[in-house]
Amino acid sequence: MTKKAGSTSTSMEKMQATLSRRYAAEKRFQSYGVIAIVLAMAMLVTLFATIIGTGYTAFWQYTVRLDVTLYPQDIDPDGNRDPEVLAKADYQSAIKDALYSLFPEATSRQDRSAVRALISPGANFVLRDKVLDNPDLVGQRVSVRVPLASDFDQVLKGNIDPDVNFDVIEERSTDIPWSLPPDERLITEKQAGYLQQLIRQGEVEASFNIWFFTNGDSRQPELAGIWGAAVGSIFTLMVTLALSFPVGVAAAVYLEEFAPKNRWTDIIEVNINNLAAVPSIVFGLLGLAVFLQFFGLPRSAPVVGGLVLTLMTLPTIIIASRAALKSVPPSIREAALGVGASKLQTITHHVLPLAMPGMLTGTIIGMAQALGETAPLLMIGMVAFVVDIPSSPLDAATALPVQIYLWSDSPERGFTERTSAAIMCLLGFLILMNAAAVLLRKRFERRW
Amino acid sequence: MIKKSILLAAVATVGFAGVAEARDQIRIVGSSTVYPFTTVVAENFGKKTGHPTPVVESTGSGGGLKLFCAGLGVEHPDFTNASRAIKSSEIETCASNGVEAITEMQVGYDGIVMANAKNAPALELTKQQVYLALAKDIPQDGEWVPNPNMNWSDIDPSLPDAKIEVLGPPPTSGTRDAFGELVMEAGCEEIEACAALDGDEFDARAMTMREDGGFVEAGENDNLIVQKLEANPAAVGIFGFSFLDQNRDKIQGATIDGAAPTFENIASGSYPVSRPLFVYVKVAHMGVIPGMEEFLEEYTSDAAWGPEGYLIDKGLIPMDEGMREKMREAALNGVDNVNM
Repeated sequence: MTKKAGSTSTSMEKMQATLSRRYAAEKRFQSYGVIAIVLAMAMLVTLFATIIGTGYTAFWQYTVRLDVTLYPQDIDPDGNRDPEVLAKADYQSAIKDALYSLFPEATSRQDRSAVRALISPGANFVLRDKVLDNPDLVGQRVSVRVPLASDFDQVLKGNIDPDVNFDVIEERSTDIPWSLPPDERLITEKQAGYLQQLIRQGEVEASFNIWFFTNGDSRQPELAGIWGAAVGSIFTLMVTLALSFPVGVAAAVYLEEFAPKNRWTDIIEVNINNLAAVPSIVFGLLGLAVFLQFFGLPRSAPVVGGLVLTLMTLPTIIIASRAALKSVPPSIREAALGVGASKLQTITHHVLPLAMPGMLTGTIIGMAQALGETAPLLMIGMVAFVVDIPSSPLDAATALPVQIYLWSDSPERGFTERTSAAIMCLLGFLILMNAAAVLLRKRFERRW
Repeated sequence: MIKKSILLAAVATVGFAGVAEARDQIRIVGSSTVYPFTTVVAENFGKKTGHPTPVVESTGSGGGLKLFCAGLGVEHPDFTNASRAIKSSEIETCASNGVEAITEMQVGYDGIVMANAKNAPALELTKQQVYLALAKDIPQDGEWVPNPNMNWSDIDPSLPDAKIEVLGPPPTSGTRDAFGELVMEAGCEEIEACAALDGDEFDARAMTMREDGGFVEAGENDNLIVQKLEANPAAVGIFGFSFLDQNRDKIQGATIDGAAPTFENIASGSYPVSRPLFVYVKVAHMGVIPGMEEFLEEYTSDAAWGPEGYLIDKGLIPMDEGMREKMREAALNGVDNVNM
C-alpha cells in the first residue's frame, strides 16, 4: 500500500514537474510571438515616423505677395483677350517690376540678381494661370502669391538651420537667429538680408501647397508636383485592370470548372504558381523585348507599363480567383444542374456571382502590388523626367513610385521633404485599396 | 458583355499604338550625372517655346549610348547624355546601325569630391594618399602586398587616427570611372613601383579597389551616401559636387593636393578631380523631330550655361567663353565632330 502510495506521489511529482515545464515552454513560445509583434510594430512606427516627420512640411509652401501691374500693351496688345496670346505673353517683366519695387535700394545688377533669386523661377507661370482663369485682370493691378524659391523655403521650414523656423515669421521684428556660420546656410548673406526684409514687410506667408498636387514634375522643387506621375499611374492601372481581370477570371473559370484533371493542367497550375514568384524586373525585360522591340509600341507609354504589369499581376488574380471558385460549395452547382440549368448557366448565374467578392479582393491586391512597382518600368523607359501631364495612355508618362525614386536621387534640398510627401501619398493610395479589398470581403463574402 | 467590351477596347488601344508613328516630342536618354542639367534645359525649353517638354530618361552613360546607337527613326532617342566621351567601339556600333553623323557637345564640367561629416576632422589629402588608402594591393619594399593601411594615420602621421572607411559609387557608374582615372591612376603614377608597370597591368593595379571593408560600394544614390556620412562621422564619401554644394550644412569637402573643392577652384582647374560632361546629338534627326534646333539653342544660350546661367545654379561648372562658342557652333550646325 505504502509502496503504491509512494509511487503515485512520485509520479504525481514527476507530472507536476513536467507540467510546469510544459507551461513554461508555452509561456516562452507565446513571449516569442509577442516579441516578434512588438519588433514589427516598432519598425513600422519608426518607418512612418521618419516619413511623416520629414514629409509633412511639403504640404505647405512659403509664398510672397506681389502687387503686379498687368499693362495691356505688354500682355494683350490686340485687346481681344485671345487665350493663346495670353498664354504666350511675357509675365516675367511684370513680376520683376513688382519684385524690384519692394527693394528700391537694390539697383546694381548683382543686387537685382540676388533679389530675383528670392522667388521661384516659375512665378510667371503662376501669374499666367491666374490671368488665363480670369482674362479681365489684364489692365489691372493684381495681388498674386508666388512661391518663394526652394532654398529660402527650406530655410524657413527649419530644414537647414534648426534655429531658424516658422517663429521668424511670427516675430517679424527680430533678426533671423542663425546658428550656422554664413558659408553653410545655403543662401548668401545678402539674400538672407533680403529675406529678412521681406519678412519684416509681412509679405511672406505659409499657405497650403496646392502646386504639389496639381503640377507635373519639375526640376525646381517648389514647382514639382505629383499629378503627372499620379495620372501616369492611373492610366497604367486602367490598362492593367482592363486586361488582367477578364483574362485572369477566364483562366481561373476554365481551369476550375471545365479543364480535365490531367498532366497538362497540372503543369499549367505549377507554372502559374511559379510565375507568381518571378522577380518583377524579368517582366520588364520581357516587355522590352516583346512590346517595344517586336511590336514597336512607344517607349515610356503607360500602355506598355500596363501590359507588363498585367503579366505580373495575372498569376495573383488567377490564384485568388481559383481559390474563390473552390470555396463555392458543390451543392450549389449540383442544385442548379438538378433543376435543369446548363453548365454555362450554372457558372454564370450561380457560381461566378458567389465567387465574385473573392475574385475582386484578389484583383485589388494585385492592383495594389502593381501600383508599387518600379523595376519593370525601368526597362520600358518609364523612369524618366516627364513634365507634361499625360492625356492618354500613349503619351510619355511616369508612375508614382518612379517619381519617388527620381526625387530621392536629386541634389536639391527641397526634394528631400517632397520625396517623403510623395511616399505618404502612395501609401495613402495603397491603404485605400487594401481597405476596399477588406470591405468587399466583409460585406459580400458568404460563408457556408 | 461589359467585360468583353473592355477587353476589346484594350486590344484596340494596343492595336492603335503600333500605328502611332510620328513623334513631336524630343526623347533624351543617358547619364544620371548629366540628367539634372539636361532636365532643367528641357523644362525651360518646354515652357518658353510651347513645344512638348522633352522626355529625359536616366539610363547611365553606357545604357544611353546603346539606345542612341540602336538606329535612326522615331523609336530611337535624339540626344544622349554622357559623363564620359563616346568610345570608338560605340561609334562603330552607331555607324553599323545607320547613325553616321553625331555631334559631340561638351556642356561643362563636374567636380568629384571626397567629403565627410562636419563634426569629423577635416581631411587634407593628396592623390597618392587616396590611392594608398583605397587600392587593393599596394607596393611595399619592392613587392605588391594586400593593402595594410587600416587607419588614415598609417599612411601619413599627419592624417587623423581614424579607420579608413570610404563610401563610393559602384563600377557601373561613370563617377567611379572618372574617380579611378583622375585620382587612383594619378596617385599610382606618383609611386615609382607603380609607374614602372605597363599598360594593362598598370590599369589593373591602379583601378582595383580594396574589398576588405576600407572601400564600400554604396550604390548610385548620392543622397544616401550623404545621409550615411551624417550618421557615421568616421566615413568619407565620394560623389558629385552638386551634392556637397546642397549639403554644406552637414558635410565638408576634403582638399585634394591642397585645393579645396569649391566652385571657383573647380572652374579654374586648380581642383584636380573634374571631368567634362557631354550631350551627343543625332544629326540625322535634326529637322525631322520638331524643336531639336531650338532645344540646342536653349542649351547653349548664356541664360543656361553662361557663367550666371541657371545650369550653373544647379551645380554645373561652366566652360570658358571660347569653348562655349565652339560647342555652340558645332551643335547648331550639326557638325559631325565624332567621326573626324
